Amino acid sequence: MSDQPSLQPSLQPSLQPSLQPSLQPSLQPRSHHDMGGVPKFLCEPIDTADHTLTDFDREVDAIRQILGAKGVMSVDELRRGIEAIPEADYLRLTYYQRWIRSIADNLLASGVITEDELRTALAEAAP
Amino acid sequence: MTTLLEAPSDRMLAAIRHLLEQKAVTSPAEIAERIARTDRASPAMGASMVARAWTDPAFRSLMLRDGAAAAEAMGIPMRGLPPLGVLENTAELHHLVVCTLCSCYPRGVLGYPPFWFKSAGYRARAVREPAGVLAEWGTVLPPGTRIRVVDSTADYRWMVLPLRPAGTEDWDAPRLAAMVREGDMIGVTTPSP
Amino acid sequence: MTLHTGAAIRVKDDWPELRGPCHIRTPHYLRGQPGTVMRHLGRFPNPEDLAFARPAASIDLYHVAFRADAIWPDADPGARDPGTHDLVVEIFEHWLEPMGEPT
Repeated sequence: MSDQPSLQPSLQPSLQPSLQPSLQPSLQPRSHHDMGGVPKFLCEPIDTADHTLTDFDREVDAIRQILGAKGVMSVDELRRGIEAIPEADYLRLTYYQRWIRSIADNLLASGVITEDELRTALAEAAP
Repeated sequence: MTTLLEAPSDRMLAAIRHLLEQKAVTSPAEIAERIARTDRASPAMGASMVARAWTDPAFRSLMLRDGAAAAEAMGIPMRGLPPLGVLENTAELHHLVVCTLCSCYPRGVLGYPPFWFKSAGYRARAVREPAGVLAEWGTVLPPGTRIRVVDSTADYRWMVLPLRPAGTEDWDAPRLAAMVREGDMIGVTTPSP
Repeated sequence: MTLHTGAAIRVKDDWPELRGPCHIRTPHYLRGQPGTVMRHLGRFPNPEDLAFARPAASIDLYHVAFRADAIWPDADPGARDPGTHDLVVEIFEHWLEPMGEPT
C-alpha cells in the first residue's frame, strides 16, 4: 500500500505537470503529528468504543483551559509543545499525557516556573 | 530540561498543580469548578440544535450562517470559544469532520471529543479513505453520495447538520433531538430512527 | 482579502520544517497541491507566531477545496464504494499562490 513513486499524467488529464507537488506525500519531510493520509496508520482499525475520561484527563484539560483563559498559555503554544515531543514518546503517551508534558514545557519556557522549582515539586509529588 | 519533561505524567500533574497554586495562577477549587463546567457540555446540546434546525427553517438558516449565534440562541454559552461552522448534509453530499494535526473539535456544542476522534487511525484515514472509516461504524451511504472531508486546521470548529431521516416527519423536536448522536454530528454515522 | 470564491490556487510547496522549529497548520499532504477557494472565513492571528508567543499579524483565512484523487492517486486501501471524495481545509492566505484559469 505504498504511494506510487511518480504520478502518471495519463490518469490525471486535468492536471498539468507543473501543478504537481515536487514530492509525493510519503516522501515529504512531514512532522510526526501531521498524520493525514500517512500510510503506516492506514491499516489500523479504529477503536470506536467509548473511553471514559479519567480524573487525570479532566484535571489536565481544566488546567489547560484556565491557563488559556488567563493568558498564561495559548492553545497554539500547547500544540507546539505537543509537536515537540519526540516521535516515539508522542505515539506512546496518551492524549492528556502529551498535554501535561507540553504544559510543563511551556511554563518553563515562559518562566512561570523554573527548572529548580519543577525538580523540587516532582521530587515531593506523591506518585 | 529534557529529562525533567520525561517525568511520569501523574507525578508531573501533581507537581504542576502544586506550583500553579503556589504561584496563585490557579487553585484546586478553581480547577474543580472548571471541570464541573466542562462536564455540562455534551452532544445533547448539538442534538437540540439539529432538531430545531429540522423543525424551524429560520433557525436552520441562522445555524448555517452563524453557528455560534444559533447556539447562543438556544442558551448554549459560546463566548470566548472559537467560531462554529455548520456543514449542511444533502441527499448528494455527506460531510466528515477530522483534525489531522491534533484534535480540534466543536467542544462548545458537543462536549469532550471522543477517544476515536483523537486517534492516529482516524486522523490518518479520514482524509484518505472516508468510506472505509464510515464502514468502521457500519455506515454505508446511498450510491452516488459524494463525501466531503473537512480537516479542521485553524480557528473554526466544525459540526455536521445531518439529513433528517425518513419516517420522522411527525416527530417533535425533543424526540428528534433524542435520536441524534455524537457521531451524526461529526459524520461517522447518520441519524437512525 | 484578495481571493474570491472560485479562485484557482496552489498551496506553496514549502517546507519550513526543514529550517528549524516551527508550528505549521498547513497539512503536509496539501503542500504544492492545486485547489479552489470556496469561502473567505475571516481574519485571524497567525498561529505560526502565536505558538511561540510572538506578536501575530492577522491573516485572511479561506476554506479551500482539493480533490483527494489528485493527492493520493492510488486507490483507497480497503475502499467501500470508491468514489472521488473532496477535502475542504482552512488555509491562511500566505500559503496560497493564485493560479491562472484552471485547465
